[in-house]
Amino acid sequence: MSELSDLYQEVILDHNRKPRNFRAIDPCSHDAAGYNPLCGDQVHVYVNVEGDRIKEVGFQGEGCAISTASASIMTESLEGKTLAEAEALFQSFHALLVDSSRPLDANLGKLAVLAGVRDYPSRVKCATLAWHALHAALEGESEASSE
Amino acid sequence: MTTAETHPLATETATRFDVDRVREDFPILNRQVHGKPLVYLDSAASAQKPTVVIEAVAACYREDYANIHRGVHMLSEHLTTQYEAVREEVRSFLNAASEKEIVFTRGATEGVNLVASSFVRPRLRAGDEIIVTGMEHHSNIVPWQMLGEETGAVLKVVPVQDDGSIRLEDFEALLSERTRFVSVVHVSNALGTINPVREMIALAHERDVPVLLDGAQAVPHMSVDVQALDCDFYVFSGHKIYGPSGVGALYGKSRWLKEMPPYHGGGDMIRSVSFEKTEYADPPQRFEAGTPNICGVIGMGVAIRYLRSLGLEAVAAHEHDLLVYATERLSQIPGLRLLGTAPEKAGVVSFIMDCAHPHDIGTILDRSGIAIRAGHHCAQPVMQRFQVPATARASFGLYNTRAEVDKLVEALEKVRKLFA
Repeated sequence: MSELSDLYQEVILDHNRKPRNFRAIDPCSHDAAGYNPLCGDQVHVYVNVEGDRIKEVGFQGEGCAISTASASIMTESLEGKTLAEAEALFQSFHALLVDSSRPLDANLGKLAVLAGVRDYPSRVKCATLAWHALHAALEGESEASSE
Repeated sequence: MTTAETHPLATETATRFDVDRVREDFPILNRQVHGKPLVYLDSAASAQKPTVVIEAVAACYREDYANIHRGVHMLSEHLTTQYEAVREEVRSFLNAASEKEIVFTRGATEGVNLVASSFVRPRLRAGDEIIVTGMEHHSNIVPWQMLGEETGAVLKVVPVQDDGSIRLEDFEALLSERTRFVSVVHVSNALGTINPVREMIALAHERDVPVLLDGAQAVPHMSVDVQALDCDFYVFSGHKIYGPSGVGALYGKSRWLKEMPPYHGGGDMIRSVSFEKTEYADPPQRFEAGTPNICGVIGMGVAIRYLRSLGLEAVAAHEHDLLVYATERLSQIPGLRLLGTAPEKAGVVSFIMDCAHPHDIGTILDRSGIAIRAGHHCAQPVMQRFQVPATARASFGLYNTRAEVDKLVEALEKVRKLFA
């Protein structure tokens, strides 16, 4: 059985206490809201894309430690990435949370601290909420649901 | 607020209600969760089942099963008798005047929908009004909104005060010439508030407005007398009174049920069928189309007998003692805020913490073996009222103990330490 400290690692607690890039970016090239109807958590993700590269990402919202920390770490991880790299990162991150047999993708970097979430299936949607919102923003949709 | 020491019923309980003995009736309480003994504080979501209920449902399938209301064979006749005996059990439980006033349903939600569809819909015109409170469960909001969309009727909402109560004068002020129906929660699942339903019903009846009470959270915790309340309809669910899920009952006054059209069409709800004309059965069968959850109803009957054998007053006093004790202990935790502190409350403690989101609280408690609910409790308007996205909620059943409240407090201290 995993320990609580595997889930609530110090990095996660830190990002929850002091979320990075916790701001609306105005103007921005893309933005979308994410909503988890199960728990009421909501997040709004703002992105500035130049060419095919992400210049900056910000977010605002209200959620649990897992969703807040995940959103915060996501914003840091995406800066300077191409859209293709961002999409690949999302896929790797999603696999990290749902498939323990898959080897760790080295590109995940700090995102790997969220690996503990996979032992808490009811919390996976918390960790992916901001990513779904990002995905919706880049696809030109205004809303994403984690359902 | 009265303290556990001075509450007259609480001291009486200590001698009359033997919780250790009661706990032996619930086999699930012996199991462990994440290596810790289960502390089940989520009975408001669904209550655990005593052995007598589990065995009754199993025996129904193992020894007695057949379809009811049909066969001439022994099994069918025998089970029909048992099934109809539950109707009498429910009648007696609610003190209804006649067992013809008891309709078996899939649960409280279906009861509300049945009344909305068969009783209220035909009476509605555009601009008519239905009154609910701001603390309703979604099951007592959405059916009325659906009717509103269809007919142009409007929902009026009694505001909730800061302590989670409502004021009778606010309710009275909403009653108007256009009010066609009142549908109110007896006990709030999200806040624990016990509403002044008797007075509300009297006020509504002064204006000839019928009233439905959603009793899902009330019947496990207090004795209910539908004749004394004079409510027109009352709904509850079996799974919250230590019975199976998927069954429940609707009480409706005979005079209303008789004039109501069927809810669902099908077998068992008819007198005769031809392609030219179908005659419906009398209530309650008129509202019971199709083969029901037979063994579930049998189990619900056993659950009611079990609950009554313990004495609803003793159960209420025991749970009140837990509520008072938990309220005292949780109030002492720094950064913890209770939502719902109405003077009249059932065994529900809803709270938020400065340092942690309810989901995080729920996860951490779960790892200590403690099951609570974290979320909006199917009462999102309540969350909006108190401007929180969600709450953590501990709710008490007859098998909970003060020692379990202590474990809850201990685990909440762990939450504080982790997120400090």
